[in-house]
Amino acid sequence: MTRLRAIFLAPAALVMGALFLAPLAIVAAYSLLTRGAYGGLSTPWTLENWARLADPIYGVILLRTVAISAVSTLLCLVLGFPLALFISRSGSRKNVYLNLVILPFWTSFLIRTYAWMFLLRDTGLINTALLALGVIHQPLPLLYNDGAVILGLVYANLPFMVLPLYATLERLDKSVLEAAADLGAKPWAELTRVTVPLSMPGILAGSILVFIPCLGAFLTPDLLGGGKSIMIGNVVQNQFTTARDWPFGAALSLALMAVVMLLLAAVVRRKGAALL
Amino acid sequence: MILELRNVTKRFPGHPAVDGVSLAIEKGTFFSLLGPSGCGKTTTLRLVAGFEQADSGDVLLNGRRINELRPYHRNVSTVFQNYALFPHLTVRGNVEFGLRRKHAAEIDSLVRDVLELVQLTGKESRMPAEISGGERQRVALARSLVLAPDVLLLDEPLSALDPNLRKQMRSELKSLQRRVGVTFLFVTHDQEEALSLSDRMAVMNRGRIEQTGSPQEIYLRPSTRFVAGFLGAMNWYNGAGIRPESTRISREAPDNGARSLPAIVCSAVFLGNCFHIETRLAGGETILSEVLRSGEVFHPGDEVHVWWQAADELLFPHESP
Repeated sequence: MTRLRAIFLAPAALVMGALFLAPLAIVAAYSLLTRGAYGGLSTPWTLENWARLADPIYGVILLRTVAISAVSTLLCLVLGFPLALFISRSGSRKNVYLNLVILPFWTSFLIRTYAWMFLLRDTGLINTALLALGVIHQPLPLLYNDGAVILGLVYANLPFMVLPLYATLERLDKSVLEAAADLGAKPWAELTRVTVPLSMPGILAGSILVFIPCLGAFLTPDLLGGGKSIMIGNVVQNQFTTARDWPFGAALSLALMAVVMLLLAAVVRRKGAALL
Repeated sequence: MILELRNVTKRFPGHPAVDGVSLAIEKGTFFSLLGPSGCGKTTTLRLVAGFEQADSGDVLLNGRRINELRPYHRNVSTVFQNYALFPHLTVRGNVEFGLRRKHAAEIDSLVRDVLELVQLTGKESRMPAEISGGERQRVALARSLVLAPDVLLLDEPLSALDPNLRKQMRSELKSLQRRVGVTFLFVTHDQEEALSLSDRMAVMNRGRIEQTGSPQEIYLRPSTRFVAGFLGAMNWYNGAGIRPESTRISREAPDNGARSLPAIVCSAVFLGNCFHIETRLAGGETILSEVLRSGEVFHPGDEVHVWWQAADELLFPHESP
């Protein structure tokens, strides 16, 4: 029995080892090397890359990133919960709506982000329309700010909130909700006192699935933030591209990973292992 | 009448689940709705609770029409088949769920009293997953009773329990109803439950009420063939129904004027307090007889006479057999 188990587990374990653990080890090794004269890597081994993380600027950017990610996650939750609730109560049309939620994935994320730029820029669809209608006389600053970045993150990650929420809400025991109404709970009380607490596993799973990609995002802040709204992902990306400082980039990304894992561990400890 | 249904109909796509049902339940009664699964008894209960809306007819609570009232505006409460306790709340949290508007001290004393009533004192801080099936049922009863509903609606509340516990909870339920004096509307497919618990009962079939009356009336004078066959065992001979306990078996034909038929014993099953003896008549019909242990002993293959008094025949002249 244990041997059969080992045989079935081996392929997945090998894939994880080769494609996850090995690259991680390489990144860890990079973070301890010195930047080469023209980029790339060279010896000696050093802890200097890690020491540079102490620069307050990175702490500030990290806090900004956490704040933007938290706001985006919260917005995804606020927008996604009613949507997931609606879909879970749509009877035979459920699958149509679920497919609509997933539909954006059928086109490139880059193209969709450019589409947002086309909508939001000073000469974009929204500003042009509002100007033509005489509602405004100056273009609204819709692009290249934190708001645009949050909009982009919410747009990109909403499906990852809706799907786990839907899965939880779908499984809720209908008779428990009927019991709430039966015991005098009006719809709002039923929602806040029963539906939301019982969908906590989905809320946590969705929040984690949205929050983590937000922390690492670089394309959205790059294109919609226009360099004015920088997140930690942009800093990491810069080290590997324009700055050509791979060792420091490696140290930064490992530090970011450590932050994510600490946050996750805190959630799991509080809510129990049931959620993952 | 505390609860009245007047010609209530509820259609689901394809078929009427409740078809012109009328009921009148007096205050303080233990009233059962008995019927096979799919007969519309649970839908009837849900119409009273407000989870379903009647297509036609009236539902009256205390003489007031409540058809359009939402469940949270009706002073009735439901004990669900699976109890439907709130899994994220403690026993106490479940019981005080419906008591939000009251003062803390009043809530405390109400919760204490009702938990004592259902013998759950000391389990206040347990979660539903940490207590037994019987205790869960008592939590379900407590959280409904604490609201002092005009009618308590019970949807097969004993069916989720194992058989031993079911008998114990059956008697607890009855004594609880006597003590609190709340009107119970009890839905079940178990004829024994309905007969033993009810003050009055109604037998449902295919969305309609076949008969309403006291358990004795319904058992002894069933008004339709369906009721006769659904409650207890029944033999059918020439369109008449005869209860197994009304039949007798003897070696010789009796000369007391009873209806007597020659038969051959097919099987004899000893049940402790009595025998169940199945015999086959010349025409091929089988007759089940319940005979006392102290009588003669019969064996398969024995040639006997089965007989009964004509007065014990149940006749349904308005129905074709």
